[in-house]
Amino acid sequence: MNTEKQTAASIRYDLRTIASWIKPGSRVLDLGCGSGELLCHLQQHKGIRATGIEIDEEKASQAILNGVNVIHGDIHEEIQDFPTASFDYVILSQTLQQVIRPAFLLHEMLRVGNKGVVSFPNFSYIANRLFFFFKGRAPISRDLPYEWFDTPNIRVIPLKDFHRFCHIFGFSILKYTAIISRGEEKGIRIRFMANLFATYGIYLLGRKT
Amino acid sequence: MAQDTVGIVDKKYFHFAHPPDEMEFECGQRLGPLTLAYETYGELNRNRDNAVLILHALTGDSHAAGYYSGEDKPGWWENMIGPGKGIDTNKYFVICSNVIGGCMGSTGPSSTDPRTGKPYALSFPLITIGDMVQAQKHLIDSLGIERLLTVIGGSMGGMQALEWSVRFPEMIHSAIPVATATKHSAMAIAFNEVSRQAIMNDPNWNNGDYYHRSQPQHGQAVARMIGHVTYLSDIALHKKFDGPNNGATGREGGFFTEFPVSNYLRYQGQKFVHRFDANSLLYLTRATDSFNLAQRYGDGSLVQAFSRASCKYLVLSFSSDWLYPTSQSRAMVKAMKKNNIMVTFCEIDIDYGHDSFLVHNPKQAALVSGFLDQVHREDG
Repeated sequence: MNTEKQTAASIRYDLRTIASWIKPGSRVLDLGCGSGELLCHLQQHKGIRATGIEIDEEKASQAILNGVNVIHGDIHEEIQDFPTASFDYVILSQTLQQVIRPAFLLHEMLRVGNKGVVSFPNFSYIANRLFFFFKGRAPISRDLPYEWFDTPNIRVIPLKDFHRFCHIFGFSILKYTAIISRGEEKGIRIRFMANLFATYGIYLLGRKT
Repeated sequence: MAQDTVGIVDKKYFHFAHPPDEMEFECGQRLGPLTLAYETYGELNRNRDNAVLILHALTGDSHAAGYYSGEDKPGWWENMIGPGKGIDTNKYFVICSNVIGGCMGSTGPSSTDPRTGKPYALSFPLITIGDMVQAQKHLIDSLGIERLLTVIGGSMGGMQALEWSVRFPEMIHSAIPVATATKHSAMAIAFNEVSRQAIMNDPNWNNGDYYHRSQPQHGQAVARMIGHVTYLSDIALHKKFDGPNNGATGREGGFFTEFPVSNYLRYQGQKFVHRFDANSLLYLTRATDSFNLAQRYGDGSLVQAFSRASCKYLVLSFSSDWLYPTSQSRAMVKAMKKNNIMVTFCEIDIDYGHDSFLVHNPKQAALVSGFLDQVHREDG
């Protein structure tokens, strides 16, 4: 976080997409905020009131040094203490695939926040399918770089299944973007057969009325 | 002298509560005149918005940083306070205040009662953390400071920081309670009780009336030894003292076997006897034991108590602190969150037990410095 320009340029494409959905001056909670990259960006560019939760001590301290309000702890525990509608947005970026109780967490997100933002790697991306089809092994890619025995990603989520999940549990999808991004600054939006061609899905969720 | 120290400092004395305007203590007793010892480092800026109040722990004093002329031992938080340090004296005007009831230059049980010409001893009011903060408020007012950038302290100092934040919310922009609790656990009270019993059962204690005669040195030393153990951790003691045969030396067997850890504790006990007053220890431990933020300000509800607060908090705890464990810090963070208060919390992974806030602790320094930068920016 040096000058504004550098920050704007260095933020990942998926985070930039999320940032573009956040209204200036809103209250934002980022679950699993890491070293506060997104919140820091939003504080500087959108003047938001930021809170992060991060379980890793090193990352949590780094986020504090980046000037973000952070609570060092577990997202499942910490989210429960916030009063209803404390935030305009609650973000779960690149973490859903590691969440033990996804339905509970999303309900909590939409309790403490008016809207939820969820992003995750699309497991049914064509390269994963081909990897599995031709090699007959659990897919390993740049977005999912782990072996089955050391992966922190306890859930595999195709975009299609996430839509089903939202339907079953009553979360309404207000906005949805599928992208191909290599975790870098650049990416493209996928509008056609996203479940096959996108590496990431990013969702804006609301409560069903 | 090193570059990163505030250098030579002086202890100052603030006199207040002159009759008939004595200070009313929470127990209802009125007392005055009173003295509070304090020190300052750095400069108050023109906007008067860069003042940081340091609050010390049980047996600390106002000498937080720098050196007294002719002495080579620096203040107790020298590794946190100074130019370029966690609390940067190039940026902030730092005030460290002693507590009422202490014995390090402020009015306490060992001070002379002007009405009798004798030490107050047990006629001194039963002080509370609230009384300490009330007295400090007089000091801050006298310095012409309307709003403190932060109040920061560890242990009993953290209790004072918490008290400040709910007692005078309009006067502080942020608070940094470190390794502390909104009330003592039964275990913490238990250790304090053992310490007090050690003093009160020393024949020299004489119902607190021991000034100008033999001091209850033995009891006081034992009290310190107990306290000192609770400030350390199993791993810290292990690293320092555990050897193949516990490092035992001296005569074989019997009760005179010298263990390094026993020598160390005896030394700590003796050192303490010479610098601290036994009655003050009784008063101060009682003040920490009876501290209960929820009861005092929230009818038993911590959430309600923090509803009075309007500052930002940085709460810090240490992984090896078993006297004020992380769960107690989490409990206060929880109550702050329920009030939508902006709170930052980190449990620092460190081996030194409760004393971690006093030792060389670069993570603590970095977090405090980063947080202060942030609140100062917002305030400015």
